[in-house]
Amino acid sequence: MEQDIRLMKGNEAMAEAAIQAGVDAYFGYPITPQSEVPEYLSREMPNRGGIFLQAESEVASINMVYGAAGAGARVMTSSSSPGFSLMQEGISYIACAQLPCLLVNVNRGGPGLGTIQPSQGDYFQATKGGGHGDYKLVVLAPSSVQEMADFVFLGFEIAEKYRTPVLMLSDGAIGQMMEKVVFNHKPLPKTEKPWATTGKKNGKERSIITSLFIQPEKMEKVNLELNKKYAEIARNEVRFEEVQTDDAEYIIVAYGLSARISHKTVDLARAKGIKAGLIRPITLFPFPYERISELANKTKKMMTVELNSGQMIEDVKLGVNGKIPVGHFGRLGGIIPSPEEVLENFEKFIKE
Amino acid sequence: MSEEKEKIVEAPECLTAEPDLEGYELVYDKPDTFTDVRMHYCPGCGHSTAHKILGEVIQELGIQDNIIGVAPVGCSVFAYDYLDIDWQEAAHGRATAVATGIKRVRPESYVFTYQGDGDLAAIGTAETIHCINRGENITIIFINNGVYGMTSGQMAPTTLEGMKTTTSPYGREIKTMGSPIKVSELIANLPGAFYVTRQAVHTANHVRKAKKAIMNGLRYQKLGLGTSFIEIVSNCPSNWKMTPVQTIDFINNEMLKYYPLGDVKLPSKEALDALAEIEKGEKK
Repeated sequence: MEQDIRLMKGNEAMAEAAIQAGVDAYFGYPITPQSEVPEYLSREMPNRGGIFLQAESEVASINMVYGAAGAGARVMTSSSSPGFSLMQEGISYIACAQLPCLLVNVNRGGPGLGTIQPSQGDYFQATKGGGHGDYKLVVLAPSSVQEMADFVFLGFEIAEKYRTPVLMLSDGAIGQMMEKVVFNHKPLPKTEKPWATTGKKNGKERSIITSLFIQPEKMEKVNLELNKKYAEIARNEVRFEEVQTDDAEYIIVAYGLSARISHKTVDLARAKGIKAGLIRPITLFPFPYERISELANKTKKMMTVELNSGQMIEDVKLGVNGKIPVGHFGRLGGIIPSPEEVLENFEKFIKE
Repeated sequence: MSEEKEKIVEAPECLTAEPDLEGYELVYDKPDTFTDVRMHYCPGCGHSTAHKILGEVIQELGIQDNIIGVAPVGCSVFAYDYLDIDWQEAAHGRATAVATGIKRVRPESYVFTYQGDGDLAAIGTAETIHCINRGENITIIFINNGVYGMTSGQMAPTTLEGMKTTTSPYGREIKTMGSPIKVSELIANLPGAFYVTRQAVHTANHVRKAKKAIMNGLRYQKLGLGTSFIEIVSNCPSNWKMTPVQTIDFINNEMLKYYPLGDVKLPSKEALDALAEIEKGEKK
C-alpha cells in the first residue's frame, strides 16, 4: 500500500489528523499563530463530515466544546496563548464535569498580548491546572509536525479512556513550520458514552452534566475521584524520549521545540568530548519525575532548555530532589536560540 | 439540645405523610416530567410556576426522552434537580454557547436554555446575541425579575430606574448605571430570531399564555428556522423585600409598564403552515 506522505504546516497536519481521527465537531476562534487550524477545518469539514463553527470568542468556543462533549461528541478546539487564557474558565468546568475533548494551545510569547513568535511561556498554565480549582490536564508536547498529527489520535484516545480533557501544548514554530508528515493512522473507534446527554431514552437513567456540588461532602468526593483519576494517569501515561543518556554525565531536559534544538546541542557537545544526553518529556502531565530521579543518580548536572524564564525547571527539581545541581537556559520574547548558543550556555553551566 | 434541634428541622407531618386519597378524585398534580425533589425557590417566586408550565409542555409534547436542558448560574442553577430530563449545567452566562454545542451535534434533539437576567443579559450578552444571530435552532426561556436573586439581590441589567437593590441602595440611577435592557426588543432585530415574545406568570391568565408561548417555542424547533425566545417577567419577593401579593402589584404597576407583554416577533404564515404539515405527518 502506498503511504500517505505530505509536506504540511504543523497546524494543518493537526487539523488533517483531527478529521482522520473522526472528530465530530470543532469550535474555534482565529488567533495567530494557529489560524491555519480553523481555516483548514472550515474548508475540509463541510466536504468530509463534521461540524465546523467559528465562535464569537474563545469563551464561547470552549463552552460549545463543553456542550458538544457533554452530548457525547468527539470534539476539539484550538487557540494560542491569549485566547487560551480566555478558555480557562470553561476548561475548569470541563475538567470537573469530566468531559473528554482535545484542546490545542499553539504557544506564543507573553504575558499580555505579547508577541506572535513561538514561546513555551504557558508551561505553568498548561501543567498546573490553569483555571480555578483542583484539576489537571493531560498535556502532550509535540516536537515535530508529525507529532502534531500523531498526538491528535493519542490525545483523543487518552481523553476518552479517562473522561478527561487533553491539551496538546505546541508552539508557534512547530505549528507554523512545514515538514514531512506520514498519515498512517486508523480512525479511532467510537467509544460508549452512557453518561452523555442524548435524551432520557427508553427509561435510561437521566444524564446530568454538571460541575456544581454545593454540599462540601459531595464536592470532596468529586475532588477525590478526580485525584484518583490523575494518579491512574500518572501511573499509566508517562511518556518521554531519551538521547544518549546511557553514559551521559550532563543532561539537558527539554520539550517541544527546545528539545529539537537541544538534540543538536547534544551532538555538538559529544563532538567536543562532553558526555551529554537529552531527556525529552513528551507528556508534561504526567511528568517523568521517576525517570528524572533515576537519571539524577548517575549524572553530574541537569539543565533545562525552555523558551521561558524557567518553568519546567521546577518539575525537574522535584524529580532530582536535590541530588545534583539543576540549571536553566532560555531565550524569551519569541527568540529561538541556536544549538550553538545552547551549547555555549551548557558548557558554562557545566563549569560552574 | 440535639433532640430539640432535630425537632426544629423536621418537616411537619402534613408535608411528609402520605395523603389518604380514598374517595377523592385527583384533579391537580405535578407533571410526570417532575422529580420528587422539593424546590428550593422562595414562596411566591415565579420560577416554580415557570418550571411547572415547562414541565407540562414537555409532557404534553411527549418529548421527555428527546430534550436536553441547559441550566444557568443564578436562582435556577438547580433546575436540573426538578425536571426529569437530561440536563447540562453551564458556566455563568454561557448557556447559549453550551446549547449551541449540544444542538449542533444532536440536531434531532430538542434543546433549550433556562436563564435569568444577570446570566443572559449581563455576563452572557455576547453569547446570547451571537447564538440568536446564528439562528441556533433552540428555545431560550429568559426569566426577567429585575434582580440577581441567587446572590441575594444585587442590581441586574434589567433593574428598573430608581429601584433599590443591594448594589444600588439609593435606587438605580440611569446616568451612572445605564438603563434597564429590553432584551426581547433588542434581539428581535436579529434575523436569526424566529419567535420573540414577552410573557408573565403572576396570574392564572398569564400562566396560560406563557405556557402556550413555551409550547410554541419548543414546537418551532421542528422547523429549524431560527431561535425562539420567551421572556417571562417574573418577581422576586425575597429580594424585592415584598410579600408575594405585593410583588403582583409591583409587576402590574411598574414592571409591565417598562416591559410590555406580548409578541415582539412572530413566525410568518408560511412557516406556520409548514409546521402544521410536519405535525400532521407526526400524527400519522
